Amino acid sequence: MRTFWALIRRDVMLGVRASGGAALAAAFFALIVVLVPFGLGPETGTLRAVAPGIFWIAALLATLLGLERMLQPDAEDGTLDLLRLSPLPLELAALAKIAAHWLTSGFIISLLAPALAPLLSLATSAIPILALSLLLGTPGLSAIGAVGAALGTSVQRGGMVLAILVLPLNIPFLIFGASAVAAAQNGDNPAQALIFLTACSLLALVVGPIAAAAALRLNEE
Amino acid sequence: MRLLAEGLSAVRGERVVFRDIDFELASGQALVLHGPNGSGKTTLLRVIAGLIGTLAGRLRLIDKDGKTLADEERDQAQHFVGHQDAIRSQLRVIETLRFHAALLGAEPKHIDEAVATWGLQALVDLSGGLLSAGQRRRVSLARLSLQRRQLWLLDEPLVALDAPTRARLNDVCSKHLTQGGMIVAASHEPFLGDRRTLTLGFAE
Repeated sequence: MRTFWALIRRDVMLGVRASGGAALAAAFFALIVVLVPFGLGPETGTLRAVAPGIFWIAALLATLLGLERMLQPDAEDGTLDLLRLSPLPLELAALAKIAAHWLTSGFIISLLAPALAPLLSLATSAIPILALSLLLGTPGLSAIGAVGAALGTSVQRGGMVLAILVLPLNIPFLIFGASAVAAAQNGDNPAQALIFLTACSLLALVVGPIAAAAALRLNEE
Repeated sequence: MRLLAEGLSAVRGERVVFRDIDFELASGQALVLHGPNGSGKTTLLRVIAGLIGTLAGRLRLIDKDGKTLADEERDQAQHFVGHQDAIRSQLRVIETLRFHAALLGAEPKHIDEAVATWGLQALVDLSGGLLSAGQRRRVSLARLSLQRRQLWLLDEPLVALDAPTRARLNDVCSKHLTQGGMIVAASHEPFLGDRRTLTLGFAE
């Protein structure tokens, strides 16, 4: 278990210190949100209508950023060999990597989103649901991303391959996440969408580490 | 403990890198792998480590009661120090050592000992990016001192090391052997007096 925590701590440290880590994910997320009013014009009604979708699209893209750093450098510098020989099962190692990726992407974005809500005129009543939906959904995005990252270790600089692999699987999160926020904004009950979002996330957190570990074992040959 | 290889063959990509390799290694013995570039020294070490599978043949690590170790037990009985040193420029040396200790499942108290053994006192607070090739190698070799394990697998351990560190490596390895350990090392240079060698390659 000590190995599990040590791996999370090390990956978070790397995520915070590396360029292209946590700060970049947060900045990228904020930039997308800031750019939208320039593209769509400042009308409150338009912005309010698209805000839930924009926030979730921004979250999806921002969480993609750190994925290339998740396993590729470890495969290149030999850390992955040590992980495979470690007493920690590879599935749990993948889970630790997912947790560290989430802490340096999805978690930060969830905290940042409420501060950006006024830029898109999101209804005040929907702000808590925005943060909650991101907190519930983004762990699943990291888990799915881990599978893509694991498959990507066999491809040098597989950044685009990674995005193409991972993005379609993220669509359910986008649908349920955005509709939960939209429901809250329109005065409807967001509970149902949030439940589906949580279900997607939990499923991804169970399947993701297993699939990622299997992909890492396959890659060696 | 014994390491027993019978008829080992391995492929990388489409190419057979070695075939029908047999050897036996007992406690206190070292085997040095020689051979030209691409002759499969690294591949053989990775096969022994269990990182890649074989095409044919069998490899067993047998404990003193004659029982063959399962894969997980084998992982716990060996140290693998490869070409790649698993050092990140964003982490300080001490952070790297703590992380390596955790990956091995080693007690953190052995870190000081490893630092002393490999002369890393002056380096612990440096970030990994500032280390020279030889210093990186030393940090990597320090893993050997983080936990007592029977079988050491060393890939080109002498590369980039200065004379004092080579002597230190030689001492640490000799001590390991006298305590009943085993070493398999790939090297282009004579290592540990080349007590036993296995030359790979020459076959197309």
